[in-house]
Amino acid sequence: MSGAQIDRLASVGSAVVERPKLALVSVLGGLLAVDLLFRLVGFRLFVGPVGLLGGQLAVERLLTLVWNGVVVGLGIGLAGIGLSMTYSILRFANFAHGDYITSGAFAGWAIAWLVAGVTSGNLAGNLGGLLLIGETSGAPSSSDLGINVVGTPLAIVVGLLVAGVFTIALALAIDRVVYRPMRDAEGIALLIASIGVALALRYVIVFIFGGANRGLTASGPKLILAGVNGKLAVAANQETLTAARQGGPTAGEFYLRLPLVDLGAYSREVLSVTSSELTLVGLSLALMLGLHLLLQRTKLGTAMRATADNQDLARVTGIPTERVVRATWVVGAGLAGASGFLLALERGTLSFNLGWLLLLLIFAAVILGGIGSIYGAIVGGILIGLTNSMSLVWIPSSLSTAAAFLIMIFVLLLKPDGLFGGVTTA
Amino acid sequence: MTVADAIAEQFDRFEDTPQWLVDVGLIAATMGGIYLLFTIFTILGPSRGAFGAIVNNLQSITFWTALYAMMVLALNLHWGYTGLFNIGVAGFMAVGVYAFAALTVPPTANPPGLGLPLWVGLLGGMVAAALVGAVTALPALRLRADYLAIVTVALSEIIRLAFLSTVLERFTLFANVDFVPDVPLGTGAGRGINIPVNPSIPVKALFYTNPSNPASGGRTGFGSLALGVFEAVGVRETVVVSLAYTIVLIAVVAAFYWLLVRVGNSPFGRVLKAIREDELVANSLGKDTRLFKIKVFMLGCALMGLGGILWEAQRGFTDPTSTTFRPIQTFYIFVALIIGGAGSNTGSVLGGALFASLLFQGPLFVSRIVSFLLDLGSAPSSFADAVGPLLALEVGPFLAYTMNNIEDLRFVLLGIVLVYLMQNRPEGLLGHRKEVAASVPLVDRKGNRPREAAADGGGGDGDE
Repeated sequence: MSGAQIDRLASVGSAVVERPKLALVSVLGGLLAVDLLFRLVGFRLFVGPVGLLGGQLAVERLLTLVWNGVVVGLGIGLAGIGLSMTYSILRFANFAHGDYITSGAFAGWAIAWLVAGVTSGNLAGNLGGLLLIGETSGAPSSSDLGINVVGTPLAIVVGLLVAGVFTIALALAIDRVVYRPMRDAEGIALLIASIGVALALRYVIVFIFGGANRGLTASGPKLILAGVNGKLAVAANQETLTAARQGGPTAGEFYLRLPLVDLGAYSREVLSVTSSELTLVGLSLALMLGLHLLLQRTKLGTAMRATADNQDLARVTGIPTERVVRATWVVGAGLAGASGFLLALERGTLSFNLGWLLLLLIFAAVILGGIGSIYGAIVGGILIGLTNSMSLVWIPSSLSTAAAFLIMIFVLLLKPDGLFGGVTTA
Repeated sequence: MTVADAIAEQFDRFEDTPQWLVDVGLIAATMGGIYLLFTIFTILGPSRGAFGAIVNNLQSITFWTALYAMMVLALNLHWGYTGLFNIGVAGFMAVGVYAFAALTVPPTANPPGLGLPLWVGLLGGMVAAALVGAVTALPALRLRADYLAIVTVALSEIIRLAFLSTVLERFTLFANVDFVPDVPLGTGAGRGINIPVNPSIPVKALFYTNPSNPASGGRTGFGSLALGVFEAVGVRETVVVSLAYTIVLIAVVAAFYWLLVRVGNSPFGRVLKAIREDELVANSLGKDTRLFKIKVFMLGCALMGLGGILWEAQRGFTDPTSTTFRPIQTFYIFVALIIGGAGSNTGSVLGGALFASLLFQGPLFVSRIVSFLLDLGSAPSSFADAVGPLLALEVGPFLAYTMNNIEDLRFVLLGIVLVYLMQNRPEGLLGHRKEVAASVPLVDRKGNRPREAAADGGGGDGDE
């Protein structure tokens, strides 16, 4: 071994000693990456009778998992922005944020159903049933309304707007009644109060809408990316693809052949994308871009960033912090409501504990990204979404949520500042 | 001036009475008031105040009070004494219960266990909960309070999801290890797990010759006497057995209380309170605060594990969907502690009693009475059907719907109470009592207590 090599080894050794946690994470991450690679090529490494690494994993399955992770992750990231902002500006962990999401989803979908009921001619005698999203007996079902992005775009747009506006109004009202009188209280007192708000909100929703999980949307069109005799093609349904493989695509159906590399005889389905998923991804990205412009280009955005950084200094500089707080609720709650509406659209179902079950994942995303950093929240959301879905490669689905929580705990322990080094809160 | 303030001010009148007597009197007065209220409820209710019904209801109130008092005391050790914001109580309870089940369930059952005696299960459950507590505490206690909150609540969900997962439904310990016998175990996943050997068995053994299945055996001498006497005055036999178990629970509450007082007055406890007030100062005085926090976290978790076993395992069956293991359970316990006043043991018991009776059971009683007295008819099935008649000024259907859904509204009430308390009285009923910071009695030669003992310095004054 040459001297240079020994030096290099020694420096690696000292790096391991100096940053043992980072070393541990790198080793674990590396192992997972190697294992994933082995699985993709179908190689299995045995030590004695025990299979250590590798296995079987189709590329298509991996792509589906990644896509699902990104979709859910964008939803979580969108919802997390509000949590991150209130965390940094109001300085407490808002446990009611999940239930703001649920409130937005219910308000938005109630109106979306009403609009769909009007446009599909199902309004007569069903006003209550539509506003309660099908809770009453005899109310039209989601398939009666034919409600989805392509079938009833107006209902979706109006619903999304209502979800945002309603959640903003709700958050401002709650801030006025609950949080404003306690503006100077400690973070923990506010946290406990927010748990109270969460419980009250969640069960008011149950009282009004009932506790059952309901179907929201009629199945809508989707796009399927698949191999057709070695060429990649996009179509709207399986039949078109089958027809294309056997000669030519059905006339009149959507079919697009991608001028890409030749894959030999490859003829499997790669990825199926629903219109709801595309809507979630597109609108999330648009809202995130809008927020980016707001924070970077407007005076309000600068004031918000300043307040998050150092509240006292911001006040001394003449920034009206109370107005900034209100703006924070407006932006945060609006995005929370919108994300609730979009996540429910993507799932196609809605129940009263939607937000509560998401809340811990959102906390995970926000902490992972760094509290106070909205870009951190977005990246954190995507990473948590990917963790949640990619963990299915290694562990059964019943434990995938637990895995995401575990990741969050590790992040808190290893890097409590988050990836983007957020501001510290009390 | 709130009701709580008024109550708190009454304490000054008992300045010269020994503190323990005041505490006992306070608890007795509170329970007396609660019993009176629920006796009135029973008289107003469908049973028209039959003696058996009154005994049944008061027994049930006492049972819930004891369960909550037990858990609140355990939490008081974390949050009240040390300021550790642990909102994963339900998870530690679940660990205790499942460890207890794994140890005591017979090997022949499905899912199987080790078939060890009851006391081994109790000890093992406590040890398991304490160990999980230690694993949590070792890294997590370095975190700020709000992060600790998120970690503990996430942990309690991880624990619950793990017990719910089919992965652990049945598994074999040491399957691949030679020289060690295979040990089949299991959580039963969503199907749950039967716990035939449980804390209610010794109590039932007082009354029945075959306690695990009372119907198949006869009654013991004491059993036929006690059950006979009670049945003569119209109290059902199951109520008597529950009453006996409730007495055991009260004894455990007393034991927890005694333990906490001992801990609180020990040098160990004084360090804990120093950590709560200012960890940096405690650290500067040469105390290894991390070690203290880990120890007290483990002790509290062990008590939570024991509480979980006495709470859940006595039913003879458990599954992860049980409300006992949901995060909501943790919030219940927290609300009770905040009502009573974090840091005060008497407050913890009072909080448990007030929560269990007024917030937890009270609304159900009120709903039953209202439905009974007003003859509301069958409740509408949805909110729309309830609100519709309201527009025509018909209140009946809406009231019926409200009473029918009182269990959901109970949570709303809980949330409002929580917010109200945090805004107006974050220290709870008794959380702001003056605490003597000296280990010797602060009495001058003539036996006069000084007017002002050392303040406990909890802060939060004058924020109204």
